[in-house]
Amino acid sequence: MIGLHHYLTLSAMLFVLSIAGIIINRRNLILLLMCIELMLLAVNFNFIAFSRYLGDETGQVFVFFILTVAAAEAAIGLAILVVLFRTRRSIDVQELNRMKG
Amino acid sequence: MIFEAMLFYLFATVTVGAALGVVFSRNPVHSVMFLVLTFFNSAILWLMAEAEFLAIVLVLVYVGAVMVLFLFVIMMLEVNVEAVKRGLTRYAPLAIAIALIMVIELIQLIWLRSRDVQISSSFAPTPEGYDNTKALGAVLYTEHVYAFEIAAVILLLAIVAAITLTMRKRPGLKVQDIGKQVAVRAKDRIRIVKMDAEKKQ
Repeated sequence: MIGLHHYLTLSAMLFVLSIAGIIINRRNLILLLMCIELMLLAVNFNFIAFSRYLGDETGQVFVFFILTVAAAEAAIGLAILVVLFRTRRSIDVQELNRMKG
Repeated sequence: MIFEAMLFYLFATVTVGAALGVVFSRNPVHSVMFLVLTFFNSAILWLMAEAEFLAIVLVLVYVGAVMVLFLFVIMMLEVNVEAVKRGLTRYAPLAIAIALIMVIELIQLIWLRSRDVQISSSFAPTPEGYDNTKALGAVLYTEHVYAFEIAAVILLLAIVAAITLTMRKRPGLKVQDIGKQVAVRAKDRIRIVKMDAEKKQ
């Protein structure tokens, strides 16, 4: 019988994978952004599962707003990425040390 | 019920596998494609949890807009794959250790601790004639209408920010200046010269 626990477990696995991805992919900024999207997806899984479990639509409203903010964040993040690539010709996170004191 | 459980396990396995592909594939384009697969399978799982509206929104907004944006940027940037590959394995043991610890902790929390609380895990059946989209709209436009307005402002902010960040002035571009065109007067342009008529020789 599929229930809350299964969804929460799946969400936990996605979240942990995205954290591992952020630690591993320290060289590519696009992959970091994608891992953040994956993390938000895991959070949304939790919201949906609890909304269904409690029979309350407020959780799904939260998911709606998270999707909105994530879309805005992706747009601005990619715009910053494009500007960064234009000035530095690289999107390597390790090379972004121009501002150290 | 058994069929539903089988479907859940199938799609959950594909979701986790695709998420692994996102993290571990060397090529960013492959990563985006794996992320699209993850979102599709998540949408199917949300459908199974009877969140139909959000499942469709996930496919439309995420796969249709955000992932395409990612693909465009990746293709525009022509990132050197070989250069990205080098530093990949340095942090891998640390990342895998952290991931294992966290997933063990979370699963222990979800499965073992909740056994003490004695709650029923399964979802209650929805009432007859339940419409997810209608229910969501009824809550969204009444209780959460201010948050809805703020979300609209945030989207506008994203548009303005993205355009102002990426717009660049190109030197030497020939453009019209409408104000100057309107303000021009005939005597600035035409010089009338008085001169005597030529005589026939």
